[in-house]
Amino acid sequence: MTQQLILYPLLLQLFLAILLMFFWRKISAQRIISMIGSLIHLAVSIGVFAYIWNHGTQTVQAGDWEAPFGITFIADTFAATMVLLTSIAGLAVSIFSSGSVISDRLRFGYFPIFHFLLLGLTGAFLTGDIFNLYVWFEIIIISSFVLITIGGEKAQLEGAVKYFTLNFLASMIFLTAIAVLYGLTGSLNMADLAGKVAAVENRALVEIDAILFLIAFGIKSALFPLYFWLPASYHTPPSAVSAIFGGLLTKVGVYALIRVFTLIFVGDVLLDQILLVLAIFTLFSGALGALVQNNIRKVFSYLIICHIGYMIIGLGMFTEVAIAGAIFYLIHDILVKTNLFMMSGLIYRITGSNSMRALGGFYANYPKLSLLLFIPLFSLVGIPPLSGFWPKISLITAAFESESYWSLAAIIFASFITLVVISKLWAEVFWKDVQEIPARPKFRYFHKIRNIKRIQIVVPIVFLSLVSLYVGFGAEHIQILSARISSELMDSQQYIDAVLNSQKTQ
Amino acid sequence: MEIILAIIIGVLYAAGIYMILRRSLVKLIIGIILLGNGANLLIFLLGRITEGAPPIIPENSKVFLEAYADPLPQALILTAIVISFGLQSFAIILVKRAHKVVKTDDLDEMNATDEDS
Repeated sequence: MTQQLILYPLLLQLFLAILLMFFWRKISAQRIISMIGSLIHLAVSIGVFAYIWNHGTQTVQAGDWEAPFGITFIADTFAATMVLLTSIAGLAVSIFSSGSVISDRLRFGYFPIFHFLLLGLTGAFLTGDIFNLYVWFEIIIISSFVLITIGGEKAQLEGAVKYFTLNFLASMIFLTAIAVLYGLTGSLNMADLAGKVAAVENRALVEIDAILFLIAFGIKSALFPLYFWLPASYHTPPSAVSAIFGGLLTKVGVYALIRVFTLIFVGDVLLDQILLVLAIFTLFSGALGALVQNNIRKVFSYLIICHIGYMIIGLGMFTEVAIAGAIFYLIHDILVKTNLFMMSGLIYRITGSNSMRALGGFYANYPKLSLLLFIPLFSLVGIPPLSGFWPKISLITAAFESESYWSLAAIIFASFITLVVISKLWAEVFWKDVQEIPARPKFRYFHKIRNIKRIQIVVPIVFLSLVSLYVGFGAEHIQILSARISSELMDSQQYIDAVLNSQKTQ
Repeated sequence: MEIILAIIIGVLYAAGIYMILRRSLVKLIIGIILLGNGANLLIFLLGRITEGAPPIIPENSKVFLEAYADPLPQALILTAIVISFGLQSFAIILVKRAHKVVKTDDLDEMNATDEDS
């Protein structure tokens, strides 16, 4: 039974999504099922994580077809951590959706699709087969297309056209890259590929294929110069949807990048240089973009792009310390970005606006809420001892050690601009005098909705803030975790053995 | 055969990307379809084309005696076709809705998301 343990989070999400379809028009039943299901999912993910932590990497061969012929599912510490983070963010957003998304939208299958999205994310983290990864990516994007268009407002549809086109293009480039890889090696299992790609004689073709993978995942994770779809679309859907997109969708691209470039295409100096340059530009352009925006959610969208740069810069430096820093940043970023978009949703519910110019006086009117919102905002900046501070130490140390001073400059510059942006936001939204915002007659303001809904909106923000406080104050534990992930990633032999020799050891 | 397929794939990719770069929404869909088909043919070609050798072990033998056609690419293509079919039908509905709401099929006029709000 424990053999199949790593499949449980996956099967649970699938079961939830299908179960929810049977309650198509019964929204209140859907809300309850989704929340309880997400809670169980969190428990299962913690179980899986604890098992992996104690027993090391686990693999399951689907249908008992021996690797490399069948589809492999593998959970190493990295995958288990990502599944755990997915379930934390999933639980928070599930509760938040019940409170904040209006029932007209929920009626068109919001919750089933939401759980299909989580299913796709969990699958993408757990799979050990490159074509299977493509299939999970498709599940993710198809669900996200529905979530981004549900409601059908003008801005949403326009955003969706751009989002759709770029993501479709990314999928096609990914598929092309897989085709070339299969033509070169005749294998699709990632562990098997690791050995076979290294043995291919035609290095130029391998390099081109690696670039194809880089472009495909680069579009998904919003790397410079492939990020333009993100600020055009992420602020259009309801904030619950933006929260799960901002927290997890770009990060799955980062996960795929880290996986592919530490396992399959390793030790290519040119590629590492390209990654570094792209990361530096991503940091600069995301930071500068955030500086000029007025809509809070657009500011956060640009900050997503900016902070993707930190993870990629860690991957580009390719030392154990740098990758540990990147992983730590990934953990911190998923929690904080999800929280920030929920926060923008809360502000929107209270005031009916997301424009920084129009908002003001939040601190005077809602001191307790402001204190709560302080946590994610300044975790993002990385004021010690909040969570954003610690990964930057690792990244800066790594930049010094590998003498890449441009990366060092970019890291510090981006973190400075983030500080400026967040201070500006704090001054405008929280400290400025109260502004008159014209009241919208039909809008369901925060003080008009029922108590239970208010709790459902605030509780997930509190929950995620507590988790990110833990990441900040218990940084020691997260540091041990990311160091272990990093050493597992750098020593890919362990992963390869776990997949290919699993039959012999059992 | 390989040469012909390679040329067709190149043309499909080029035409697909050219169509996606146009401003019209309908041409966007055509581009998406062409690109998807190009990728499917590419998998087919790179799985090596073997003529008249199905992957079936002869009756009185336990292993393959000769080179056989790799069945895996076809399974991959089948999956990819199903997925791209779903995506394309979604795209058509999305474009129809967008055209109805925005009242234009010119991508350059879809600027609502870039406006300051």
